[in-house]
Amino acid sequence: MIALADPQMPAVTLPPAASPKRKTLGRRLVRNMRRHPLGTFGFVVLAIMTIAAVAAPLIAPFDPTVGDSGALFQPPGATYWLGTDAFGRDILSRLIYGARISLAVGVGASLLGVTVGATVGIVAGYIGGWTDSVAQRLMDAMLAFPMLLLALAMATVLGSSLQNVIIALAMPIVPRGARIARASTLLLKNTAFVEAARAVGCTDLRIILRHIVPNTFAPLLVIATAYLGLAVVQEAALDYLGAGIQEPDSSWGLMMSGSATSLALVAPWIVIFPGLAICLAVLASNLLGDAIRDILDPKLQRDYPG
Amino acid sequence: MLAYIAQRLMTGFVTLFAVAAIVFLVMRVIPGDAAVMMTGAGAGVVSDEELAQVRKKLGLDRAIPIQFADWAGDVARLDLGTSLRTGNPVINDVARRFPYTLQIVIMAMVLAVGIGVPIGVIAARFMGTGLDRAIQAFSIAGLAAPSFWVGLLLILGLVKYFNWSAPLFWEPFWISPLKSMSQLIWPAVAVGLRQLALIARMTRSIMLEVLGEDYIRTARAKGLSEWTVVFHHGLRNGLLPVVTLVGFEFAALFGGLIITETVFSVPGLGQYVVTSILARDYPAAQGIVLILASIVVLGNLAIDLLYGWLDPRTRLQGA
Repeated sequence: MIALADPQMPAVTLPPAASPKRKTLGRRLVRNMRRHPLGTFGFVVLAIMTIAAVAAPLIAPFDPTVGDSGALFQPPGATYWLGTDAFGRDILSRLIYGARISLAVGVGASLLGVTVGATVGIVAGYIGGWTDSVAQRLMDAMLAFPMLLLALAMATVLGSSLQNVIIALAMPIVPRGARIARASTLLLKNTAFVEAARAVGCTDLRIILRHIVPNTFAPLLVIATAYLGLAVVQEAALDYLGAGIQEPDSSWGLMMSGSATSLALVAPWIVIFPGLAICLAVLASNLLGDAIRDILDPKLQRDYPG
Repeated sequence: MLAYIAQRLMTGFVTLFAVAAIVFLVMRVIPGDAAVMMTGAGAGVVSDEELAQVRKKLGLDRAIPIQFADWAGDVARLDLGTSLRTGNPVINDVARRFPYTLQIVIMAMVLAVGIGVPIGVIAARFMGTGLDRAIQAFSIAGLAAPSFWVGLLLILGLVKYFNWSAPLFWEPFWISPLKSMSQLIWPAVAVGLRQLALIARMTRSIMLEVLGEDYIRTARAKGLSEWTVVFHHGLRNGLLPVVTLVGFEFAALFGGLIITETVFSVPGLGQYVVTSILARDYPAAQGIVLILASIVVLGNLAIDLLYGWLDPRTRLQGA
């Protein structure tokens, strides 16, 4: 595989040398936020969504599962801000409850996938030789399956509970995380500080845990953010296909699936709003990911004076 | 170059083998094997003896490596078994559906490259202006919108404002190319939007780099027209990474198709694989997953070779 500049993948670079005078975390955060307004926007959107998801019972104006049979297909208005669906259920409330599933799956799948992938990548890269070759071919093979296909197959096989959907969506992320972690490890393995650690008699395990793992964090954080958005989309796709979360639970993908499609002609808001919610979540995670990459990439940091 | 080709072919072959092994293993480790799925034994209507009989008929009572060798032998002869759902040989179903999928992929890619590259170049040339911002906003939005939602909105808009109705019969390309293209354009748009956005973004960032090079200044100093400078001198050098991206995006496109074909009810491979997996049509799902993954592996291999040919430096790097 060629090392090409994949726009979704952060450039793998060595960690920057510690600056002589460290600013406090708060000051650096404020400075970075001012420099990356789009990233800040992404962060704020995700934060609001998270709060809404956690506090869903307090915020949601209606019960997401119980519909008002006297208010089917209500257009967006004063009572039902975003309208109601075919069962008279409030779209806004379903969106708020749906955020729980979308975010849990998004965060869960990307963390799980990146963690497992990083473990494989770091171990394979550090040990090298046959282990590395076998792991690489295996990861290449996993990369060959279109992401949704792998997730769909896994979700069908495992059955559609929340944990299984997370596992299913983490699967395609594993080889991608492994690739990044392995590339970082190969660079780090030959640095002076790892050599020094080995010279003073550190065990391999200690070198990996104390010297390599912390330094692969930056690129992994970037892809974890990027895959959060992707996992949200794929989760919605699974639900849409009927292999994910099941009724009467509410999730963004589910809200658009099944009869919702044909009913959309009568009541377009049924499919428009969940889609917008997904777009917003993905947009936010992409923007946040871009900003984190800019902040963590030392080459770019040099371009900004100060 | 020969050694490079040989080495790439070798890794490609090993990857294909690993792909087949994964497909095979996933299908075997799952709770409830093919026999259970076929007979619906989960519901408790089938006795254990009957189940054992079906297992024996399917060869599931043999050792796993033997089953794998047997299956791999069949696959090598293009015998993917018989679909439980349609009753046809899987390879026949695939052959009938593949043209639609291929056509959508090609149309989507033509759209994505044909629009994505020029607007990326324009955004780079007019960096920082309103035009650049608009193009960037468009590509960021395009990356965020799920393709099946775009498809749903397209259908909604077409039906509502243009009295469009989903074709009951999708014309094959070789019978009526124009009609077929006009039918498949909408799925192609839905699935290609993401690629378009990605290509525009990548082209922009590459062109920004290229346009800052010394030889571009030289070209300008010579008095060449801006068009010649940007497209002949600039784009020609920026195109290589874009070609690679396009190649790798083919794989992503197949993923997007899985759901877009379902949204539009296009009788392609994507829709077939979804219904097969959901219906637990075990031979069909297994066969198509293998075919789709193989297409991706072979596509990546082709890109690798193309890249090695276009840029001799990559050949020296080895594995």
